[in-house]
Amino acid sequence: MTRTEFWQGNTACAEGALAAGCTFFGGYPITPSTEIAEHMAAKLPKKGGVFIQMEDEIASMASIIGASWTGARTMTATSGPGFSLMMENIGFAAMTETPCVVVNVQRGGPSTGQPTMSAQGDMMQARFGSHGDYAIIALCPSNVQEMYELTVKAFNLADQYRVPVFLMADETIGHMREKILIPDMVGRINRKPLVPGTLPFKADADLIPGFGKFGTGQHVHVTGLTHDERGYPCATNPKLHFALVQRLVDKIENARDDMADYDIINPDASQVFIAYGAPVRTVQQVMHDNRDRDIGFLRIRLVWPFPEKALAAFKKARHFFVPEMNLGQIAREIERHVRVPVISIPKLGGELHTPAELIAALEVHP
Amino acid sequence: MSFEDWYRQDRLPHIYCAGCGNGTVINCTLAAVDQMGWKKEDTVFVSGIGCSSRAPGYILTDSLHTTHGRALAFATGVRLANPDLKVVVFTGDGDLAAIGGNHFIHACRRNIDLTVVCMNNQIYGMTGGQGSPTTPIGCLSSTTPYGCAEMPFDLCELATAAGANYVSRWTSYHVKELEKAVKAGLETPGFSFIEVLVQCPTAFGRRNKFRQVADHVEYLRTHSLLSVKRDRMLEKGEKIPEDMFVVGELTRRNRPALGVKRA
Repeated sequence: MTRTEFWQGNTACAEGALAAGCTFFGGYPITPSTEIAEHMAAKLPKKGGVFIQMEDEIASMASIIGASWTGARTMTATSGPGFSLMMENIGFAAMTETPCVVVNVQRGGPSTGQPTMSAQGDMMQARFGSHGDYAIIALCPSNVQEMYELTVKAFNLADQYRVPVFLMADETIGHMREKILIPDMVGRINRKPLVPGTLPFKADADLIPGFGKFGTGQHVHVTGLTHDERGYPCATNPKLHFALVQRLVDKIENARDDMADYDIINPDASQVFIAYGAPVRTVQQVMHDNRDRDIGFLRIRLVWPFPEKALAAFKKARHFFVPEMNLGQIAREIERHVRVPVISIPKLGGELHTPAELIAALEVHP
Repeated sequence: MSFEDWYRQDRLPHIYCAGCGNGTVINCTLAAVDQMGWKKEDTVFVSGIGCSSRAPGYILTDSLHTTHGRALAFATGVRLANPDLKVVVFTGDGDLAAIGGNHFIHACRRNIDLTVVCMNNQIYGMTGGQGSPTTPIGCLSSTTPYGCAEMPFDLCELATAAGANYVSRWTSYHVKELEKAVKAGLETPGFSFIEVLVQCPTAFGRRNKFRQVADHVEYLRTHSLLSVKRDRMLEKGEKIPEDMFVVGELTRRNRPALGVKRA
């Protein structure tokens, strides 16, 4: 049984979080993500959860990490300027393997940029924005239904892999209203608990340690310093640091096939679009309007870690066309994996690509 | 149990320099926690970055050693998400009043139910002795080589003005008073702030004519002015010597507080 709603993307995101069992939201108002905080402020207290508006995005990120160590599913939502402020504690979450969900409803940057306009300019920041080497997971919704479903998925991935997970939405998807089907319940993957008597940062074969929730008498010390399997600072041991950081990266990168989320459409085509987020919609329109053309499409929902294996499905591709609302951030990632030309179709300014712009690119590179 | 039972014995020796005042503060805090009858599994210590913030790593409870200045924001998340957990924050003058200043005043404003113990050594110890927001005028540090030219914060006045329910100041000399003050802080619902002036022989004393650790502790003793005495002096219209600082219980009130567990 499902029910139908007509919701804004940001509402769908907040409802997805509630369905996933999010019980703590720490946030700070910022356009175009604010409706998520407002929805959580209205709904969470009635469900026994906690909403708190923090003094800035640094504190918002800190609060959801602290809350996560009590075992709660926690989330914040922001946009570019706030995302920049969160980078410090995002690195802390990666280093301490703290599950949490960060929604970035992207707007035009750099700096204050275009608060009410759409962009995808934070895709590389999502992957590499904090200092040092680490890995994260990033999901990109392209419609209101996916705002709901990928938010649920973000919580499950965060708990499964003990990592911050980003829902990299954009103003277009956050503010548009669409029909959405709401399931009665959603699937849940819980954190693997720390087995009493085992070390709190000793990973299992999957490279993920059990989670020693605060308040369970396991006396877990959590630090952003390089730490050993006991969780104790060990910041001048070169081998230990290398092994720790390599594991933090490998636990995500090695699982890229397990968590991959994409659609391969018309794999025998010679002209292939690759898109995530709002530009997916323009590609769909082009394919709908040009059924006579030989067009393939790789539609990616989980962008980081990048699903490079999917590219191999398009064996006859002569060109990959990558429309993005940035200057080609993911196009460069694709170039690393393929031998045929990658045609970046950048668009800045806050408006979606038009179908005509994509057709024009196909004409230039037949 | 005694305060010693709260230590992680397998973490010793600690990183603190010989003569450091932080150990005294940690002992007093743990003694107060112990007197409260709190259980290790229900108690969480949170800290930021700096010498003081290494304290939770030596305590046998769940503990969160976070980013510079952000301890109060992390602690807010822990406390609100699980009000069954009792949360104590260790911080220092640089961590709390410089990079963490905004989180400090907002935690006070929210009057969130935390107890915060600030080891104020008036300098950045861990990075080797740079001036902090509480370095007194004229004092030498590696970034104030000609004497600090900026007025320092009065952290207790700041906490009071921002809304904390309980505020007191002591020094590393006043161990019994400090222990009682921390206990009063732990007992008081809402935000409790205990500032402790501590000697830092390595980074502060060395540069500021405290050749011996005891010289600095003696300075802290002789320059402490009890708040009750200060009040008497003010009543009589006497002038408060400029080189004295007020110690004692400075604020105790019962404003609405956040995160207080309902009985």
